Formats: sequence, C-alpha cells, structure tokens
Amino acid sequence: MVIEILLTILLIVVVFSVIMLHVAYATYFERKVIGHMQVRMGPMRVGPHGLLQPIADGIKLFFKEDVFPETADKPTFYAAPIICLVAALTSIAVIPFWEGMAISDINIGLLFILAMSSLAGWGVVLAGWASNSKYAFLGGLRASAQIISYEIAMGLSIVGVMMMAGSLNMSEIVKAQAQSPFGIYAIPQVLGFFVFLVAMLAETNRTPFDMPECESELVAGYCTEYAGFRFALFFLGEYVGMIVMASVGTICFLGGWTGPFEVPFFPIIWFMLKVYFLIFFFYWVRATLPRYRYDQIMALGWKVLIPLALGNVILTGIMKTFVWH
Amino acid sequence: MELLEIVEKLREAFPGEILEWIEHRGQMGVIVRRDRILEMCRFLHDDSEIQMNHLMDLCGVDYGDRKDVRFEVVYNLYSIPLRHMIRLRAQVPEDDCRIDSVTSLWTGADWHERETYDLMGIVFEGHPDLRRVLLPETWEGHPLRKDYPVQGPEKEWSGYEEVKAVARRLKKYDFYGAAEWTDEEESRARAGEAGYVKE
Amino acid sequence: MSRNEERIADVSGDALSEVFEVQMGPQHPATHGVLKLNLVLDGETVLSCKPDVGYLHRGIEKLSENLTYSQSMPLTDRLDYMSAIANNTGYCLAVETLLGIEAPLRAKYLRTMICEMSRIASHLLWIATHALDIGAMTVFLYAFRERELILEMFEELCGARLTPSYPRIGGVRQDVTREFMDRLEKFIAEFPSRLEEYETLIDTNRIWLKRTKGIGIIPAEQAIGLGLTGASLRGSGVDYDIRKHRPYDAYPYVDFEVPIGISGDVYDRYRCRMEEFRQSVRIIRQCMEQLPPGPIIADDAPDLVMELKPPRKVMAGSTGPSPLKTALIRLVEDRQAYMEGDVYVSTEVPKGELGFYFVSDGRGMPYRMHIRSPSYIHIGALGVICEGELVADIIANIGSLDVVLGECDR
Repeated sequence: MVIEILLTILLIVVVFSVIMLHVAYATYFERKVIGHMQVRMGPMRVGPHGLLQPIADGIKLFFKEDVFPETADKPTFYAAPIICLVAALTSIAVIPFWEGMAISDINIGLLFILAMSSLAGWGVVLAGWASNSKYAFLGGLRASAQIISYEIAMGLSIVGVMMMAGSLNMSEIVKAQAQSPFGIYAIPQVLGFFVFLVAMLAETNRTPFDMPECESELVAGYCTEYAGFRFALFFLGEYVGMIVMASVGTICFLGGWTGPFEVPFFPIIWFMLKVYFLIFFFYWVRATLPRYRYDQIMALGWKVLIPLALGNVILTGIMKTFVWH
Repeated sequence: MELLEIVEKLREAFPGEILEWIEHRGQMGVIVRRDRILEMCRFLHDDSEIQMNHLMDLCGVDYGDRKDVRFEVVYNLYSIPLRHMIRLRAQVPEDDCRIDSVTSLWTGADWHERETYDLMGIVFEGHPDLRRVLLPETWEGHPLRKDYPVQGPEKEWSGYEEVKAVARRLKKYDFYGAAEWTDEEESRARAGEAGYVKE
Repeated sequence: MSRNEERIADVSGDALSEVFEVQMGPQHPATHGVLKLNLVLDGETVLSCKPDVGYLHRGIEKLSENLTYSQSMPLTDRLDYMSAIANNTGYCLAVETLLGIEAPLRAKYLRTMICEMSRIASHLLWIATHALDIGAMTVFLYAFRERELILEMFEELCGARLTPSYPRIGGVRQDVTREFMDRLEKFIAEFPSRLEEYETLIDTNRIWLKRTKGIGIIPAEQAIGLGLTGASLRGSGVDYDIRKHRPYDAYPYVDFEVPIGISGDVYDRYRCRMEEFRQSVRIIRQCMEQLPPGPIIADDAPDLVMELKPPRKVMAGSTGPSPLKTALIRLVEDRQAYMEGDVYVSTEVPKGELGFYFVSDGRGMPYRMHIRSPSYIHIGALGVICEGELVADIIANIGSLDVVLGECDR
C-alpha cells in the first residue's frame, strides 16, 4: 500500500517535470514557428538557436519583484493564478500517454477534464475581479461568458465520441477507436472534430478568441495587474491548458497512442507527435487569423457551434442505431 | 465662379460687414466684421453657387501691436463640388475677445475652435464644449499670443503641490530612498543645482 | 434610428445596468502613441468617447515664429514622423507660394517621387498597426519588411531614415544617384506582388470582414462636416484629393486614379488605402520615366542658413561674424525682405490634408504659422464615430482613421 502511494507520487513528480519541460519548450516552439511564419528568426541569442531561451525566461520571471495593486482583494488575487494552474495541471492526471500509462485511469476521465477546464475559467474571472482594475474586470467578464459558452459546445462535440466508444474512460475511448473501421474518430466524427477544434481555441483563450486578454483593447485583460511569478503562473496555466486540450483532441479524435506501426521502447511517440501537431495548429491559427469581436464570439458559439454539435449528436445516434448496428 | 464674384455676392448679402478684400498669390482673403460671421458662413455654406462645404482650417492670428484690432479669426473655406477656396478673416478686438461658433455648420470646427481658444484665448460663443485641448486644464495664459514670453524665469506648475502630496502619501514604499528628503533638499534639487545628490 | 442609437437606447433603458468610466491611454498598446480616450461604458457599449490629446504638444507653431523659414523645416519632420518627407514638401510648397518662388521641374518630379515613397511607407505602417490592432499579427511583420526597404532608400538619398528634411524651399537638397534609381526600380517592380501577400492574409478573411464591414460608418455628408480628409473621407465616397483638386509639384503631369469607397465603413477606408498603394507605385514609375534633366533648386531660392555650398572661402580667415550669420540677422530684422501677406497651402499627405497657413509681415521668419493637421481633426471626429459602438470597434476605428499623435499635438 505504502509502496503504491510512493510509486504514484514518484509518477506524479516525473509527469509533472516532463510536462513543465514541455510547457517551457512549447513557448520556444511557438516563438520559432510564428517567427518563421513571419519572416523572422524567433529567439536566437540564448544558447544555440535560442535553445536556452525558455530557461532564461523562467529565471527572469521567477526572480522578478512580486508587485500587486494596493486596492486588490489580496486572498483572491493570490489564489486566482494558482486556481488556473492547478486546474490545468490536475487534468493531466487522467490522460493516458500510452497504454496503461495514466496517473489515474478513472472512468469519468472526459467529464473530469471538462470540469477542470471550467475551473480554470473560474480562476480567470477571480483574477479579473480581484485586481480591482477596469481592464482586468472587463477581461474577467469576457472570460466568464466565453468559457461558459464554449464549454457547452465542447462538451457536446465530445458526446459523439462518447456515444461511439460507449465510455467516458480515456483509455477505453482509444481502444474502441483502434477497433473502429477508420482507426480514428476524426473521420466519422468530422463535424464533432471541427467543433472541438474551434471550442478548443476558445477554451484556452487563444487567437482568434483571445478576448479576455486581447492586448489591443484591454492591455492584457485579466492579467493586466499581475507581474513576475504570478504572471508566470497564468502563463503556465495557459500552456498546460493547451497541452491538455491537444491531448484530449488526440485521444478523442486522432487515436491516442495508436499509430500505423508500433515503435519499440518509446510508446509515447505517436501520442506526442499528434499532440504537437495540434499545438502547431494553435500557433498556425494565431499567425494567420485576426481577432473576433466579443459579441461575434458569442454569436459564433451559440448560433453556429452549439447547433452543429447538437446536430452531430443526433446524426451519430441515428448512424449508431441504424447503420453501424 | 470667380473669386471676385463671390466677394461681390457676399457684399450684396451683407452690406457694411465687409471691410476689405486682398488677393495675394492667387488666394482671396476677405476681412469682415465678426458680428454676423455665423450668418456669413451659413450663406457661403448654403448658397448653391458657392457651396463652401469644407472648412479646411480655422485659426486665430494675434496682430499684437501691428493693427488696431488685435485678433483675427481666419476661416479657410473650400468647396469640394465647385473647387474654389476663399478666406474669411474676422476681426476680434482685444477687450471683447469673443466670436460666434460655427460648429452648427461644420461639426469639425469643434476642435479647431477649442484649439484657438486654448492657444489664442478667443472665446467662441455657442460652442458645445469649450475646454482647453492641447494644454492642461490648469495652464495659465495663451501661448500663441504675441505677449506670451518665449523665454524667461520658469514658473512652478500649479499642479506640482498636488503631485508632492501624492508622493508623500506613497512615502511608505520608499522608492530609491527619496522619501527621506526634506522639503528644503527637494527644492534645492529642483532649483537646478545640477546633479544634486543628498549628502 | 440608427443602429448605434438603438444600442444606446437599449442599454440606457435598462434600470439594472451601471455605467463605468475607463480612461484608455495614454499608455495603451492600441492608441498609436499618447492618445487618451475618456470612455463611458455600459458593459461593452461605448456611451461616450472623449479623446484627450496634447501629451506630445511641443509648440511647433510658437517655435517657428522665432525661427527663419529654413530653420523651421526640420520641425515639420516631427509632425507626422511616418511620412516626414510629405510634411517637408507641404511646408516648402507653402513657403514657396508665400515668397513667390517656383521649384524647377526636376525638383518637382523628385519631390513627387519621394512623396509617393513616403506615402507607401506611411501606409505600410498603417496596415501593419491596423491589422495588429484587429489581431492579425503576421501582416505587421510583412509590412515592416517592405517599409525597411523604403527607409533604406531614404537613407541612401539623404542620410536619414525617419526625419530626412530632404526638400528645400525652392527645390531639393541633392540629386538622386544611379544606385538609388536602380533600387527604386527594383522595389516598385516587386512591391505589387507583396501587396497581394497582405491581401491574401486579410482581404477576404471572414473574421477581418466581420470586424471591418459595417463598423464605424461615416456618411459622406457627415464626413465632410467633420472635416475628414484623405482616405478617411474618400472611404465615404467623397471625391476629394488635393493632388487632383489643387495639383502641386509634378502631379498635374502624371496619370493616376483616386480610389473612392462607397459605404464609408472601416473596410472601405481600408480598401481605399490599399488601392492608393498601387496608385503610388504607378506615380513613382511615371516620375522615373519622365524625370527631366536640369537644376534641382530654383535660382531665387532663399539660402538663409542652409546653403547648398557654404562659402568656405569667405569664412576661412575672416575675423568678423560669418557672412551666413549676418545674412540671417539681416533677413530676420529687415521688414522689407519679402512681401507681406498670407497664404494657405495644403497638400495631400498620407494621413489627409496637411495645410500650412502663413502670415508674413515681410521679415525672414513667419509672423504666424498655423498647421492644419489631419490627425488632429480625425481624432476630434473619433468621439462622434465611436459613440454607440463596442469597445473593440474603437480600436478598429482608430486604425482606420490612421492618426499619428506627433502631428495631432504639434
């Protein structure tokens, strides 16, 4: 029993450090990808090709002065970034990286992730409110409305997957997927996949849905008043959120750890490739698209994505009852 | 329409208001009394043969000691459909420094007039929101007047006391140790003792 | 009732709603300098928008009353620092009209050419920041790539990138070199294909269309009344371009079209400026083909301080005050140096109509100089345009009016 607990803790520590390393290099990856899309080099100074840049950034952020606004609501102000990061990190626990490799392979994995990503939205709202700043306040309000709306679209887009796999357990979904005719659900669930991709961008507050922090209007939105380490926590939360969302997309639609052939000794390779493909998609969108206006985001969510996702659910039900059975 | 014809029409419509007209480098400037300036502008704006619908520029000129009437407000008007321009120069005496606003004709005159008020000190009657625009609200004097000194002893800004009060309130944070400065040290540092550093 | 009025009525009728004030700027990433907007918001709807300017006021008008005509010219560089050469040219033209000088034909062509280059440079910065404000960040860097080429050409032309002060009263400072012309030729051959690159990124992008179409509509009548000029006015469908209405320099000799919008929204203003890029390329090409030989500065141009060739021989070994200095003093003091009178001369700079109103009392420096800066008027109009729109639209409107605060505050 004790050994099991110790082993779990060890596993958590390992996964945590690996994820943090990936988060750090996801920022580097982003800057390089966007840089090359924009006819420039990205970071080049720290280390060969700027490879040590994320580490330098981390050190800088961690040693900065911890500034907070005098009129802020202190407990909430301190708690908000922690809520964001913890909610994002907790979701990692239920993600199976390869067969049998998940910190906790629970039966309600998908629901758990959806719940956690809602919690992250709560952190953003609190941050906006506690900062006692108007920009942050507007950012927080936008975030609450946006995250709630897109939560619904995202949840509905995954319902099709649940129906096809007959389970909420992530590993079960991957296994069911491997046995399906196409091997991935992205093809039969193309509508759901599309809705998921859009909702995924909105859930993580990325362009073109980066309303809550939209720098051209709201300076930095909910994290306007945050500096140094606390800002870094938000930043980490956002990138962990991206990795989580990319993982959910990989597991639900792209076949998880399965691939065209098995790679010995390195079973995570397919999973990683797919996750990084989706993360690349995030960056690609960011470099290409302008930003939506707030009311247009809401209209898109409620008038387009939710009906689409509902239609997908009905379609999947019909197909499952009459065609595939 | 010829420029002289416009002047002629204006003279017919407003007898006794036109004092003089000067053509210089192909541009027509009409010096007028200020009392009926709004009606004159409305006439130029609405008349179908003149149609001065674009107020290019509005500014004040201080003739200081050079002329009997100290100020002039200059309206540069242009007609986009008919492509002619004319300049009205309304005389404004120093002791009664006011003129009617033309914002009812051209909405864009709003900021021109605010600027003229700000820098020249001419009051526009009927202006919706006549405040200073380029200079701070607390500024004293009107810099583009000829009697405004170009150089001279610097006057302390009236808002400085307020800033100092805020600085005292924030003393507890003690930025760079400056909070320990007494008033005397502060004034010495400000009085231009270059590189003044507290001993 | 217009859409905006409806929105305002909608929110003000709601008893539960609470307005709050935001002061956007002067340190704000999207206000293009030190512009401050006092906003009254109800949720995201703007109830009132009052721009507050003056943070960059340097008193250029007062300064120039105490400087000679030539000495004031570098000040005009600091107006609209995105297109300094266009300001210089406008200033020189106004002074030339006042003093009754005419530049030689070659100088006129050169000025037209570089004015259009600076129009391209300024519009590039406009598309860069406008797109960045709406969120398309890649266009920003693409546009800077091309702008760099133009700035390098300016550097080769006169040694300065942003503040060239290249034109002179009565001509230009230096003739162009062969290398410069080759580079320019290469640039204008390549530039139209670069324009297409920006257009593929944003022109038909659905999000871009949603953010710009039907936003910030200014009807033609209102636009004229507000005093808008330049592409901001032409976007509303008013055919007013000073290059056509009151042609100056070499514009009467070249062939170009003035793009006109229809609906007067942000998108039309955007399209107008994008077309102006192409027309500018056309003008530059014609100028290069037609460039006549001859002198580059008029014989009767005043060299008050900045002579083309300073008289070194006289200065060397002389003990008294230098002849340059005495000439300056004489002109400043001498009331009979020039004719008395006043002129208003305006030119079409990238931002709109830049006008200079000069009053001369006969001395070598202006008695009064007034600058009619387009940005100042455009910012004044911003409040009217933004009322009833959403916060995000303010940013789109600022971008589409293309304001620069150095020129606004003077």
